Amino acid sequence: YSLPDLQEFVRASKAAMDVVSQLQGQFLDFTTSLYNEGFLDDQFVQLQKLQDESNPDFVIEVVSLFFEDSEKLLNNLATALQQHIVDYKQVDALVHQFKGSSSSIGAQRVKNACVAFRNYCEEKNVEGCVRCLQLVKHEYNLVKSRLDTLFKLEQQILAAGGSVPMIA
Amino acid sequence: MAAGSSSYSSMVLDEVKTPHVLAVDDSLVDRKLIERLLTKSACKVTTAENGQRALELLGLIDGQHAINNRRLQGPKVHMIITDYCMPGMTGYELLRKIKESSNLKEIPVVIMSSENVPTRIKKCLDEGAKEFMLKPLKQSDVKRLRCHMMQLGQPCNGRLCMGR
Repeated sequence: YSLPDLQEFVRASKAAMDVVSQLQGQFLDFTTSLYNEGFLDDQFVQLQKLQDESNPDFVIEVVSLFFEDSEKLLNNLATALQQHIVDYKQVDALVHQFKGSSSSIGAQRVKNACVAFRNYCEEKNVEGCVRCLQLVKHEYNLVKSRLDTLFKLEQQILAAGGSVPMIA
Repeated sequence: MAAGSSSYSSMVLDEVKTPHVLAVDDSLVDRKLIERLLTKSACKVTTAENGQRALELLGLIDGQHAINNRRLQGPKVHMIITDYCMPGMTGYELLRKIKESSNLKEIPVVIMSSENVPTRIKKCLDEGAKEFMLKPLKQSDVKRLRCHMMQLGQPCNGRLCMGR
């Protein structure tokens, strides 16, 4: 190799490493904000601990199941609350399920919205329930979009040849 | 861990090293989570989505066992972990059915719940549940369970010894 070739190689390597470290910095800032703003809690960290070389897609798999499950629950809740005579036992059972799954993946704000929802079920307050459903749906959409962003950032880091930093 | 092709005596030891756990939960997300938690703790896992299915599997497992391995005593499932709140048969009802069965009553049963209700906990422990765990489960919870399984796995002519 000529000296100019080697100099070009070093320059290109440095540039690639800069891209990776910039992406890693973005990833860390974004992750920190998710915990600080209460979107995610420690249970999400627990999920990441379960991911390893033998199960490299575990987090994204569980979260995908959560998304699928949640869409169904939200539709069923909307239908249940539109009934002429609302079956509050059924509504409560659905919210209980949603609370459970959101808690299992660490979606803290969704879980808390479900807790409030169950209080209105107990009171058999249809307007309260409808408002709560809107709130739960809103929180769900917020966390979904943030998790999609998080997974995208991870993909970008890996594509640039870097590794995804782990939050201890 | 290789299975199947070993001799009879190491087959007993293999069973002890890789406990087989039946996990029952109506939530798809939670089944995925508990399965991963258990396999990471070197357990073999079978999942069931409700109590009825769980009892079917236990009957099948026990039935196969009785046919194929007459010399091995005791069930091939080393622990059952079940959610409390399930439609149809609750985890408590499943626990009762297991404890009422002469074939299955020796299998340790652990109940999980997202709700911390002292009367519920007492009811389950009184009925013979080994432990009551709060969801969401983490690795440290499951590691603790492994100790129960290993205790019971002491080879006593293959029979599972139950002490509480």
